[in-house]
Amino acid sequence: MTRAYDEVAVGDTLPELPIPLTRTSIVATAIASRDYQDVHHDPGLAVERGSRDIFMNILTTNGLVDRYVTEWAGPAAVVKAIKIRLGVPNYPGDTMVLTGTVTAKHDEDNRVEIAVRGMNGLGAHVTGTAVVRLPSKDAT
Amino acid sequence: MSGPNHGSNHSGDYEERLAAFVGVEVVPPKPGQDPVNVPMIRHWVEAMGDQNPIYLDAEAARATGRDGIVAPASMVQAWTMRGYAATAAGPAPVNPGRGPGMAELIALLDEGGYTSVVATDSEFEFHRELVVGDHVSAREVVESISPEKTTALGVGRFVTTMRTYTDAGGEVVAVQRWRTLRFRPKPKTEPQPEAAQEPEPKAPRPRPAINRDNEFWFAAARDHRLVIQRCASCQVLRHPPGPCCAHCGSFDWDTVEASGRGHVYSFVVNHHPRHPAFEYPLIVAVVELAEGTRLITNLVGVTPEEVEIGMPVVLDWLDADPDLSLPVFRLREGSN
Repeated sequence: MTRAYDEVAVGDTLPELPIPLTRTSIVATAIASRDYQDVHHDPGLAVERGSRDIFMNILTTNGLVDRYVTEWAGPAAVVKAIKIRLGVPNYPGDTMVLTGTVTAKHDEDNRVEIAVRGMNGLGAHVTGTAVVRLPSKDAT
Repeated sequence: MSGPNHGSNHSGDYEERLAAFVGVEVVPPKPGQDPVNVPMIRHWVEAMGDQNPIYLDAEAARATGRDGIVAPASMVQAWTMRGYAATAAGPAPVNPGRGPGMAELIALLDEGGYTSVVATDSEFEFHRELVVGDHVSAREVVESISPEKTTALGVGRFVTTMRTYTDAGGEVVAVQRWRTLRFRPKPKTEPQPEAAQEPEPKAPRPRPAINRDNEFWFAAARDHRLVIQRCASCQVLRHPPGPCCAHCGSFDWDTVEASGRGHVYSFVVNHHPRHPAFEYPLIVAVVELAEGTRLITNLVGVTPEEVEIGMPVVLDWLDADPDLSLPVFRLREGSN
């Protein structure tokens, strides 16, 4: 079911999405995004480079924000922008909880802006904005 | 605490060599290894846990008005990643005949000691959805290279680039502002049980409340300039920034740059409540500048026991993150 543009209001909140961060998921997403940087799969080298452990790559954070907003918006939504800033790393063993709030609507082209935040045990891993274009009610 | 490269990365010559990369297309348009294809989409959506049917089910995609399967928007960068073999082979060789490119920029950053890299910002705008068979190219232009900043990970520089993704016909499909921190990892310390449990890197420092009256002051701080507001009518200096001179009432003002010297006018040591962005004990001081104005700041490189009122101090800079630099003060050397 796709959400219609007319059904969305500024201030609407998206349901929380907890993402368990396992060693396997951090490696699997890095490889699925073709990112072979050692800090995303080799704990020894990650520590040598100043990190506590391996950590999630930014392509995956983009992918999870994409998934989060489109799960809420539905399959007819078209993603127009994803703008993120990373804070603390996503390390194995933690959980990141994604939350989102509709912050703006643009009637001229049915774009909806969503402020997204992903918190883990250390603090904010990601803060940013996603923009999706939703169909009008009569079109769904 | 000089590292092997200390000094070379502060010299004017090094700065100029870095600055020469700004505006340069360091990655010419380069097609990804594979066109957009279902197996790579499947790997991506499985790993991400993304169950949107439009990425694998043509029927479901058509039901939304699309012509068929589309790739997840966020996947655009993945189509142009260099892959395992090139990553394992290490940095591309520097080629003096070819003009400055990414390999040369990375070599220059390595020369400055900035050997580690972490991505900090990605700002995508998607112009159209990618479909199976699209062959994506990416080119990359350097927008800016920051001055050296002290971050939770180590001392480094933020490198901001603009990536433009195009299809086989040259049409732009997405643009991405991309920022990485190139840094010198902090020296490894012996693992300590307590330290191992400490969260790092730290939470971002709380944002100052910036408005039209004080924006100039924080903008100057980002450039590592400590400025003082001056009344343009009666020349009286004032801080904190405000719209109107308390002495003569004039709304006209300009600024002067502080010498960076001052003394401790007063101070407190903050123990509680703790905020994860700060290190404790946290010394919060009122420093009276040589110019006469006072500002609230932190003292660094000194223990609370060593601080005395009247102690001479000198300006230093705290680079909390790419958008926030703040003046801090340390003891003026040779002052005892």
